[in-house]
Amino acid sequence: MSLTSNRKDSVAVVGVGMTDFGKLPDHDATSLGIWALRNAAEDAGLTLKDIDGIAFHRLSDYQKFIQITSMSPRLLTVNPGAGRMLGGTLQIAVQAILSGMLDTVAVVYGNDGRTAGARYGGKEDRYGTSAEQLWFPYGMTSPGAIHAMAFQRHAALYGTTIEQLATISRTFRDHALLNPGAVMRKPISMQDYLDAPFICEPLRRLDYCLINDGGVAMILTSGERARDMRRKPVYLRGMAQLSRLAQGELPEDFGYATMQQVSGRVHEMAGVSREDVAALMIYDNFTPTVLFTLEGFGYCPRGEGGRFVEDGVLSLKGRYPTNTNGGHLSESYMQGWSLNVEAVRQVRGELGTRQVPEAGIVQYLQGGPLSTSVIYGREPS
Amino acid sequence: MSAYQKPLPVIDDHNRRYWAATREGRLELPRCDACGAFHTYFEPWCNACGHEGVHWEQLSGRGRIWANCRFHKVYFPGFETPYNVAMVELEEGPRLVTNIVGLEHGTLDEMPIGLAVEVVFDAVTPEVTLVKFKPAGKAAA
Ligand SMILES: [Zn+2]
Repeated sequence: MSLTSNRKDSVAVVGVGMTDFGKLPDHDATSLGIWALRNAAEDAGLTLKDIDGIAFHRLSDYQKFIQITSMSPRLLTVNPGAGRMLGGTLQIAVQAILSGMLDTVAVVYGNDGRTAGARYGGKEDRYGTSAEQLWFPYGMTSPGAIHAMAFQRHAALYGTTIEQLATISRTFRDHALLNPGAVMRKPISMQDYLDAPFICEPLRRLDYCLINDGGVAMILTSGERARDMRRKPVYLRGMAQLSRLAQGELPEDFGYATMQQVSGRVHEMAGVSREDVAALMIYDNFTPTVLFTLEGFGYCPRGEGGRFVEDGVLSLKGRYPTNTNGGHLSESYMQGWSLNVEAVRQVRGELGTRQVPEAGIVQYLQGGPLSTSVIYGREPS
Repeated sequence: MSAYQKPLPVIDDHNRRYWAATREGRLELPRCDACGAFHTYFEPWCNACGHEGVHWEQLSGRGRIWANCRFHKVYFPGFETPYNVAMVELEEGPRLVTNIVGLEHGTLDEMPIGLAVEVVFDAVTPEVTLVKFKPAGKAAA
């Protein structure tokens, strides 16, 4: 008997669940994860005992989680907190199912960053190597500052403007108005954007995601099993990741080369082109990364991200409605997971006023230099 | 005179040479024996070609601003906002995070990407001299 089966099947999401988002001081990350997983199990028509394995992201107290839920998973693994770890967490679940080792795996994310006072930046933040030695003495820290610098380079090379960044911020906030679960539900004008205080110039507060408490879970199983579940399955038609975290400096090319490779692989695996994609979910910890990601994944020519977004292509009425839940900028910073849930719900067609018509294919994009993409579809590939 | 409050590098066996050179007014970095790439981390191998073996070499201290930003939020004690941070690309290729000095207000307009800059050595404590940059040809403030 070989270690892995030759299962030539697909993997599908059969349940999704989320908590409320915001300041939730009565919960820690573990309890937020349990809350989300219970909702996902209910959505799938399963009990927690039906779940064979759990891949955790961010929430670290797996022992408490298992004790409280009385689960007995045959796969249990924890990935650390960075949003980049979404891809690896999902890959573990997918591999376990495809190999035939397990039938049903949950990915569970819990984040109590707001209540815990999580800070991105400062002496505990190792985002970017060489940080302690060659960055901190100059006051250089925080993911936002890295994106501010990257945007400045993009602006210098390609003429990208602050008003184009503002379009992204405003579009996602307009989408959040249609999402009762979004934390920030207030339309913003160009003047509101320009009046927002700088955090790391040229980026303002409205270019930053919203740190909040919350949990997200998805339950995955084989395509074969998925057909008997309560929900119509949403298939993972393609998935690709590439990590290129070389050197303690900004990526020379905004992650472009890395994303190009991920883009090629995910579309080939999914058997669909960009033309077939109805909506995009883009990891938006800061507004500039949305531009870099659209370019890296070939949705517009290199350097054209700013001009691409300025006429409303990302809005619900545009060609590529993006972050229809409001994204990290307006719904809540769930490090990619709530964007994946939104993708599943778009494909299912259950999103009411923010539903994209004919959303048979939806793509999740996470920028470089550690880039991940997933293509979800109503039909298996 | 108040004590220096900003973060200081921890000097160890890997980076001792770098900080010893800056105290003497030289900018030195490790350079790969095989492919010639300079490095801004202090390890005995090359991340460009994988070769194990580097030597230290002095750089010209001339470069251009490659990226810039200006902090309006305090993350470390000792910094008064707003303050600028730049990434400078040296003539020889490597890039360093630094502060640009010798500007009138320290705004981003005064330190555009592409601006020619040259090194200045700022002895912030008896042990640590930081490498900073000023616009080329201008007197340091
Ligand atoms: Zn080398």
